[in-house]
Amino acid sequence: MRVDLTVNGETYALDVEPRMSLLDCLRERLLLTGAHAGCEHGVCGACTVLLDGAPVRSCLMFAVQADGYDITTIEGLAPGPGELSPIQDAFCETHGMQCGYCTPAMVLTAHALLADNPAPTRAQIVDAVSANLCRCTGYAQIVEAIALAADRMRGLNWPERGW
Amino acid sequence: MVKSFRFVSSDRRVREDRRFVVGRGRFAADIAVPGMRHVALVTSPHPAARILAIGKSEALAMAGVHCVLDGRELAGATQPLLAGLDTPKVPRRPLAVDVARYAGEWVAAVVADTRALAEDAAELVRVDYEPLSFVLDGEAAYAPGSPIVHADHGSNVLLDRTFVWGEVEKDFAESAHRLSLRLNWGRSSTVPIETFAVLASWDAWREILDVYASVQMPRFPEQVALALKLPGSSVRVHNDVDVGGSYGVKRGIKHAVLVGYLSRRLGCPVRLVEDRLENMRGGDGHGPERNFDVEVAFDDAGLIRSMKMRALDNVGAYAGRSPFQLGKPIGAIVGPYRIHSVQYQAIAVTSNKTTQEAVRAFGQSPTNYAIERAIEEVAKHRGLDRLEVRRRNLIRSEEFPYRIPSGTTYDSGDYHAVIDKVVARADYRALVAERDRLRMQGLLAGIGMAACLEPSGANSTFEPLLNPTNETTTYTDSCRINVDLSGAIAATIHTLSAGQGHETLVGIVVGEVLEIDPDRVRVVRPDSLSSLPSQSPVGSRMAIMLGGAAFHAAQKLKARLLAIAAHDLKIPLERATYAGGEVFDRATPQNRRSWSKLVTIAHRFFHRLPPGTEPGLAFTHVMQVPMGGRLPTEDGRVQMYPCFAFEFHLLLIAIDPILGKADIHRYFVGHDCGTVINPKIVRGMTMGGIAHGIGAALCEEFAYDAQGQLIAQTFMDYLLPSAHEVPPVDIVHHVTPSPHTVFGQKGSGESGYLGAPAAIASAVNDALAPLGIVVTSLPIRMAQLADMIAAARAKRA
Amino acid sequence: MKPAPFEYARPSDLAEACAMLAAGDDARIIAGGQSLVPLMAMRLARPKRLIDIARLGELSFVRQEHACVAIGAATRQCVLEREALVRTAVPLLAKVMPFIGHAAIRSRGTIGGSLANADPAAEIVLVAVTLGATLVYRDGTSSAEMAASDFFVGPMMTALPATACLTAVRFPVWRDARIGVGFHEVSARRSDFALAAAAAQVALDDNGICRRLALGVGGVAARPLRLDAVARALAGTRAEEAAVREVVRAALAEIKPLSDLHASADYRRRAAAHLSVRAITDAYHAAAGADAG
Repeated sequence: MRVDLTVNGETYALDVEPRMSLLDCLRERLLLTGAHAGCEHGVCGACTVLLDGAPVRSCLMFAVQADGYDITTIEGLAPGPGELSPIQDAFCETHGMQCGYCTPAMVLTAHALLADNPAPTRAQIVDAVSANLCRCTGYAQIVEAIALAADRMRGLNWPERGW
Repeated sequence: MVKSFRFVSSDRRVREDRRFVVGRGRFAADIAVPGMRHVALVTSPHPAARILAIGKSEALAMAGVHCVLDGRELAGATQPLLAGLDTPKVPRRPLAVDVARYAGEWVAAVVADTRALAEDAAELVRVDYEPLSFVLDGEAAYAPGSPIVHADHGSNVLLDRTFVWGEVEKDFAESAHRLSLRLNWGRSSTVPIETFAVLASWDAWREILDVYASVQMPRFPEQVALALKLPGSSVRVHNDVDVGGSYGVKRGIKHAVLVGYLSRRLGCPVRLVEDRLENMRGGDGHGPERNFDVEVAFDDAGLIRSMKMRALDNVGAYAGRSPFQLGKPIGAIVGPYRIHSVQYQAIAVTSNKTTQEAVRAFGQSPTNYAIERAIEEVAKHRGLDRLEVRRRNLIRSEEFPYRIPSGTTYDSGDYHAVIDKVVARADYRALVAERDRLRMQGLLAGIGMAACLEPSGANSTFEPLLNPTNETTTYTDSCRINVDLSGAIAATIHTLSAGQGHETLVGIVVGEVLEIDPDRVRVVRPDSLSSLPSQSPVGSRMAIMLGGAAFHAAQKLKARLLAIAAHDLKIPLERATYAGGEVFDRATPQNRRSWSKLVTIAHRFFHRLPPGTEPGLAFTHVMQVPMGGRLPTEDGRVQMYPCFAFEFHLLLIAIDPILGKADIHRYFVGHDCGTVINPKIVRGMTMGGIAHGIGAALCEEFAYDAQGQLIAQTFMDYLLPSAHEVPPVDIVHHVTPSPHTVFGQKGSGESGYLGAPAAIASAVNDALAPLGIVVTSLPIRMAQLADMIAAARAKRA
Repeated sequence: MKPAPFEYARPSDLAEACAMLAAGDDARIIAGGQSLVPLMAMRLARPKRLIDIARLGELSFVRQEHACVAIGAATRQCVLEREALVRTAVPLLAKVMPFIGHAAIRSRGTIGGSLANADPAAEIVLVAVTLGATLVYRDGTSSAEMAASDFFVGPMMTALPATACLTAVRFPVWRDARIGVGFHEVSARRSDFALAAAAAQVALDDNGICRRLALGVGGVAARPLRLDAVARALAGTRAEEAAVREVVRAALAEIKPLSDLHASADYRRRAAAHLSVRAITDAYHAAAGADAG
C-alpha cells in the first residue's frame, strides 16, 4: 500500500505492507534508527515518537495509519550537525542515561512535556517519565535533566515551537 | 589521606551521551547489510517433550522462506556451547536436539526475507512432540525420584559441593545461641529494554565471519569460533556496537552460534533480533532462583561466630556459566562481618525452566539478602537494636586488609564511618519518629537497613574452585595507546560496553596520567581480530582493569617521552620533568621539548632517538587482575576478587495494610567505592542498581504455572519499575581507596542492586513485626503481602 | 512480534465502514489500536481486514443531548481529558481519565476502543457501568442501543454483534446541584491495569443527605459491577463510614472475584471494599463542598 509520511519536516512516498508498524517503517525504510523496539506491545515506550507534537508508541501504529501527521523523531530535534537542543544538552549535563536505548524516547517525551508545560513540578516530570521504562538509570538523572532543561529554557528567548 | 586529582573525581560529562541523545547510538538491530535475512524461532510449548518429527515442507513452500533449521542439523555441524562446570553429559546447543527441556526452548529456526515472513513461516512448522514428565521446583529436582532433565547425566544435580572453612562445629558447640532460617530468592532477572540481537555475515572468500551483537560475554569471539569449528582468526566481533543494557545477561552465545551457522550455510548475512516473547521465554536470560538455609552461631551480645549456609539454585534446563553464581559469593561469604568460620554448601540443579544466565553481581545480591536476614534474626533473638548488632559484627577499619575464612582478603574499608554518615544524613532518630507517626496513622511502617559489599575487579577463581578440570587463573584487560605523527592520541577498548561510560573512563585516566584534557584522547574499539585480551565488563571490573591498563599504557608513553627528551636535551634522566605533555630540564627549565617536538622525534627523527628505541609512540598494557593468579587450595580457599566496595542502605517504607501497597518514603544509601573516577557515572549506577533491587524485591518475578508455562512473559505481567516506583535516593559518599588500584578506585557497577533487596526485605519485616509476620521470600508482591496481613489480623482477632 | 498479514481499509464514512464490516471476511474495526495492536502483535488477534475509523469526523464528538452527554466512539481519550463539557457534565469520567495508561496511550486510544475491548479493569468501562451509560452501535444500515449492564458480558467480551461498529456512548447527566465523584484503584505499578477499582458518584441535598449514589467496582470480576444494593442502602443517609463499610462488605460478599498471578480472589474482594469506601467518602466530601446552584 502506498502511504505518504511526513517525518521531521520531509514527506516521503512509501510502499508498505499494511502490517508494517510505524516503528519498523521509520527504522527500516527511512533509516531513522533512533526509535527502538523494546517490547512491541506498547508497554516500554522505547519506540516513542511525536505525532503533531504528542507522544505516541510507534509500535502500536501501522505506517498506513500515520499519514497526515507531523511526525517528529529524535533525529529531528538537534538544531544542526554536532549541535544539541537545550533538552539534549541537559540530558548530557546530568548524565540522564547509560546505555542510551530508552534515551530518544525520554528526550522526545521531555520535549512534549515542556512544550505543553514549561514549569512542571517534580511530580509532573516523574509522571511523564513513567511512560517510558529505563533499566539503567533508576530515573533520577533523567528527572533532573528535564528539570534542568525546564529551568534553562525559561531563562531563554525561544520561539513557541521548533528550533 | 585522599589524593587530589586533576580529572579523576571531577564532575565531567560522559562523552558517550552525545551520540545517544541525538539517536545515533549504534545498536545491533540498527546495522543493516545488503542481502540480510531474518530469523524467527519455533519454540517448544511443552516443559519437557521428545521431538518426534519436524515438518518443514509447508513453511519452506512459502515465498521468501529460505531455510528451516533443526537442532539435529545444527548439532551435526557445531560443537556444544561451553559449560562452566564439568558436566559433559549436559550439552547445550542453540536448538533443542531430540528433546525439548523447557517451554519456550528454541526447536527450529526459520530464515526468511523479512522477520514478519519468518514468523508467518514459523507458524507453519509442524512439530510432533511426545510430552515427558517434568520438574519445576528446585528442591523437588534435587530430591531422588525426580524426573531428570538430562537423562544421560543421571540426576538433576550439576553441582553439590560443601566447603568447610575453619572449625565450624567447634564454633557452633561453643556458642551460646544458634538460630536457623530458610529464605527464598525468586527468579527474576535484569531484563534490559533491548533484547538480544545479532547479525552474522560470512565472507567465504576472506573466510571471516563478521559478528555484530548486543553482547556482554567474556571470551565471546573464541567461543563462537569454537562452536562453529572455525579458527579464532575467522571470527571478527565488532566491539563498536552499543549494547542496550545487559547487567550480565547478554551472553548471546547460542544466538550468535545459530546465526553464524546460518550465515555460512546460506551464504548471506543473517540477523536475529529476539522479540520480547522469544527473549523472556527462550533467550536464556533468567536469574538466580535460590533457596537458602542459613544457620548462625552467636553469643549474648549478638556477635556471630560461625555460619552454615546451604544455597540451592534452580538453574533451569541447561548449564552455562550460571552455576558459577553460587561460587562468586564465596569471595564475600561473610559479607562485611567478622564471622570466624563458615560451612557452605553450593547446589545447582536443573529443572524444566528457562536457562539462567549471569545477573548483575553474579549471585552476590541473593547471598547478601541471606546474610542480612540472618543478622536481623540474631538482633531479634537477642532483643538488640539491628543497627547496633551490625556495628558490633562489622569488620573494623583497623583490621584491614582482612582475610575471610574462605581465603579472600578484603582490601580496605571503613564500614563504621559510612554507617555513621548515613545515620547522620538520615537523622536516624527523626526517621524512627516518622515511622512511628506513620504507624499511628494506621499504616504498617518499617525501617530497613542492609550493609553489604560489592566485590569488584573480578577474577575467575570460582571456575577452578567449582570445576577442578578448569585451571583458569588469568583475568585480563588491556589498553593500547598510540600517538600519531600529528600528535593525536588514540586509546583502545577491546570489548563492548552497555552504557558504563568506558570511553569516558579511558579518556579521564589517560588525561590524568598525561596531564592533558581528557577530551583530547580519542577512544576507539578495534574489532576482536585487532584486539588485545579483554574479559568484557563483568564482575564490576572495568574501572579497575580497563582503568588500570589505560593507566599503565599511559605511564609507558610518559616514560618514553621523558627518555626521548632527556636524550635530546642531553641531560640525565632524573632531571627530565614531565608537565602537561612537555618535558623540561629541572635544572634549567627554559630547556624543554614540546609535545609536538617529542612526537616528531619519535616518528621522524630516528637519529635523535636514544639508541635501541622503537620508533613511533605505541604502548600496550595487558593487565592481570590484582591479587589474582593462584589456584584454590585443597580445602577450597582462594582469593576471589581484589577490591571490595561497601554500601549501607537505610530506608523507610509504609505499607497500606489493606491494599498491601508499599511506598518507600525515604531512601538513603552510603557508598564507598574508593576513589570515584567519574561521579556522574557512579551515581547513575547506584540509582539504577537500587531501581533493579526494588524490582527484585517488590514486583519482578518469572512466575510459572503448574504446567510449566512461564506466566510472566510480557511486560504486562513481568513488572519493571517505572519512575513512579523508584523514590528519590539520597547518596552519601565515603572514600576508602583500594591499595591495589592505580587511583584507589573500586568497582561500582553493581552498587545499589547488592543491598536494596536485603534492605527492602528488612523494612517490610520491620513494618510487619507488630503483626508477628516474617517474610522470607522475594519478591514481596503487593497482593500476596496484603493476604498475609489479612490472615495475621484474622488470627489475632 | 509482527502481526499476521491483513488488508487495510479507510472508509470515508460510517456507512462505508459498516458495509465493509457486514461483508464478513473476518474484518475488525481499528481506531486508536492501543488494545488491538498488542493482541495482533502477539497473534492472539488475526483479522484479515482492518477497517480504520479513527478519522471519521462523524464519530468524534462530545455533545449535550437532553439529559445525557453523547461522545462519539472514535473520540480520543486525550480530547476527553481537555473537554470542558466532560468536566462539568460527566465529572466521573473526567476523574478517571488521568489514570488511563499514559499520555502516549491516550493520544491515540479512543473511548469506543476501550469500551469495545471490555477489559474488566478498564476505567472507562467502569464509569460506563457505574453511571448506566448507553452504548450506541450500528450494524449494517440499522442503529441500535444497549445498556452498559447488558453490553459487557465477560472479560474482553461484549454483546456487540460481530458485524457491528460502536458509534457512540451516552452518559446520563445528573442534574443535582451538589454532585461529587470519587475514584480509587490499586495496581502493582501506578499505570498498570487495576487489580481493583471503585468509582462513585454522589448527589446530596442541601442538608448533606444522599439523594442518589452510584458505585461501581472494576477489575474484580469478569466485568465491572454496579453495586445497586449499596446505592439503595445509602440513599437518604449521610454515608457515614461505618455504614458505608458494612453495606459495601455485604454487597461484595456475594461476588466471585477473579484470581490470577497478580492477586487472589480474596485480595480483590478486600481491596474493592476498601476502595469503595474511599471512593464514596471522597465523593461525599466533594459533593458537600460543591457550590449549590
